[in-house]
Amino acid sequence: MTKVKSLDDLRKMRDDLQSKVNLREKSDHPEKMVQIKVSMATCGIASGAKETMNFLIEELDAQAIDTVVTQTGCMGYCYAEPTIEVTLPGEKPVVFGHVDLKKAAEIVEKYIKNGELVDGIIPVNYETVDEKNNE
Amino acid sequence: MAKYNSHILVCGGTGCRASQGEEIVENLTRAIEENGIENEVQVVRTGCFGFCEKGPVVKIIPDNTFYVHVSPDDASEIIAEHLVKGRKVNRLLFVDPETQQAVSESKDMGFYKKQLRIALRNCGFINPENIEEYIARDGYAALGKALTSMTPEEVIKEIMDSGLRGRGGGGFPTGLKWDLTRKVESDVKYVVCNADEGDPGAFMDRSILEGDPHSVLEAMAINGYCTGASNGLIYIRAEYPLAIQRLKIAIDQARESGLLGKDIFGTGFDFDVEMRYGAGAFVCGEETSLIHSMEGLRGEPTVKPPFPSEKGYKGKPTNVNNVETYANIPVILLKGSEWFSRIGSEKSKGTKVFALAGKVNNVGLIEVPMGTTLREVIFDIGGGIKDGKKFKAVQTGGPSGGCLTEKHLDIPIDYDNLLQCGSMMGSGGMIVMDEDDCMVSMAKFYLDFTVEESCGKCAPCRIGNKRLYEMLDKITKGNGTEEDLARLRNLSNVIKDTSLCGLGQTSPNPVLSTMENFPEEYLAHVKDGKCPAGQCRSLMEYVIDEDKCVGCTLCSRVCPVDAISGDKKMPHVIDVSVCIKCGACMEKCKFGAISVQ
Repeated sequence: MTKVKSLDDLRKMRDDLQSKVNLREKSDHPEKMVQIKVSMATCGIASGAKETMNFLIEELDAQAIDTVVTQTGCMGYCYAEPTIEVTLPGEKPVVFGHVDLKKAAEIVEKYIKNGELVDGIIPVNYETVDEKNNE
Repeated sequence: MAKYNSHILVCGGTGCRASQGEEIVENLTRAIEENGIENEVQVVRTGCFGFCEKGPVVKIIPDNTFYVHVSPDDASEIIAEHLVKGRKVNRLLFVDPETQQAVSESKDMGFYKKQLRIALRNCGFINPENIEEYIARDGYAALGKALTSMTPEEVIKEIMDSGLRGRGGGGFPTGLKWDLTRKVESDVKYVVCNADEGDPGAFMDRSILEGDPHSVLEAMAINGYCTGASNGLIYIRAEYPLAIQRLKIAIDQARESGLLGKDIFGTGFDFDVEMRYGAGAFVCGEETSLIHSMEGLRGEPTVKPPFPSEKGYKGKPTNVNNVETYANIPVILLKGSEWFSRIGSEKSKGTKVFALAGKVNNVGLIEVPMGTTLREVIFDIGGGIKDGKKFKAVQTGGPSGGCLTEKHLDIPIDYDNLLQCGSMMGSGGMIVMDEDDCMVSMAKFYLDFTVEESCGKCAPCRIGNKRLYEMLDKITKGNGTEEDLARLRNLSNVIKDTSLCGLGQTSPNPVLSTMENFPEEYLAHVKDGKCPAGQCRSLMEYVIDEDKCVGCTLCSRVCPVDAISGDKKMPHVIDVSVCIKCGACMEKCKFGAISVQ
């Protein structure tokens, strides 16, 4: 890992990382690149998020769908764990709740492959502070 | 294959479903078929929109039109007008109560977005095990800014001006605490993160550490810079293995990137963080106990002063802050105190994270600006009470807090208002209770916890709480007298006044606040020998209704103590002197003949 030796280093690193994310979104085959985040805090894992995540990775791999599956922390929807957020290229992120293996398979088949929504969407009901600072 | 160009989202939250959500879905689907657009429009059920008061709600995408108070009869109009002709159904739009204007897009509804995530800004967004994702979200930029362009005094002034107060429950001004530690001269100082979250039902700090560990590390380093400390310690309970694992990964990555360790940002500032594990004692959330526990001593409090800012860990000046307090710091430095102090109420700035639990539909982790009312939290964000029951009370502040009732629902939540109502902010646990919960039993539950967790050092807490528990137990068993109620109140006040630390000083709060808000419930227990909520087993009596009983003998066969007798096809009887009130008979009875009185 590169060492951060000054604030300029950090800023450069941040910009690089941000553009890397953008690059990923605007890759050569945007119609295929899907991003999935799985809420993996203690509560999510206890309700089966790990199984869901493993299933998604294997299933999407088996079907050769170009996807990045990552873990993240608590999304706050404890009543609907496990929760996942799916971002199709060019689309807004969509959060699905109660994603057991059956639901995960349905999401892959219907939403990820055909852009067709499935029951169990969780409307995002919060605003996040805008990280852009006033340097 | 159908390629839908419009979606209709129908709220499938418990509240909306109760108010005909399913029927709306059916009617919409039918209307879509009638108009022959089933290949263009799809109806989808969603989770709760957090807009329950206006339910049932329906949202059309992609144009994000929001319809409120929709009835099944409106379905055909929505389809025919909006989806076929492209004209919005104005009468179903949300009318802004202030401007009296119809608003169609949910993002324009100030009312709708009640949650603002500052401390939780990265939770559920970044991968907590990857420092790069944190840096991409401006992580460690606040530390960089502080180290390279601000003096410690300027940073502290910024925190003071922001109005940030301790999120662990006490509400002490954070900037002032830092300043006190900074002013004490010493060769070595320590910065501590209190991650000993112990309230039953609270999981805010765990979620932050599991979802965004770097924000805490960054803030601790900023704290170190301000107070002159180069050692950070995180005191975390061993029951949080995932949080510990993620913190360890975060510390390693920060060290590798040179963001912890020697000469950070080339400024000559050294700072590193170590972990200390607690065994899960509630009293160790109190800062002096926490420090003793870290030193390898018994987790017992000592009298303040001296405060940890003068004599803390190993006798050196120590600054202890809570996880959520730290998580706010980087944002304040980047966006400025002026921005932060615009959020919240007059004396409590910013937001507060709550773990919403109990008899509420949307159990979850929420973050709202200070000054939000309990009604908004419980009924809008929380989606109301489970199974359509009636709201009775909400306990804030865990075992140290008190209960708030119907009459407190519209009070803006902040440190001072909650204290005035006889409760407290606490660390942010919020347990909602419905009509089936007995307040005496609730107080007894918390006292049971306190008795278990009292360290035993001072007499009022060690002995007094035990006596309180015994009195409550007596009352719930139907043996209490009215004199007991007076004694209960008296002893509670003595414990509050004379205990050594925060644990004892607040432990009678659940008793006092339930006595204050539900005096009739206590009286019913001692005078009439009845538990109005039907929860105290000893005060219940199972009876068989002779008219409904058909004599199937199912109940007598399931009774574990043979308390039920009667001939076949004849009404049965329960012998109350033998009955242990397990409720097995009532569960088995197919005719609803058995009831509790």
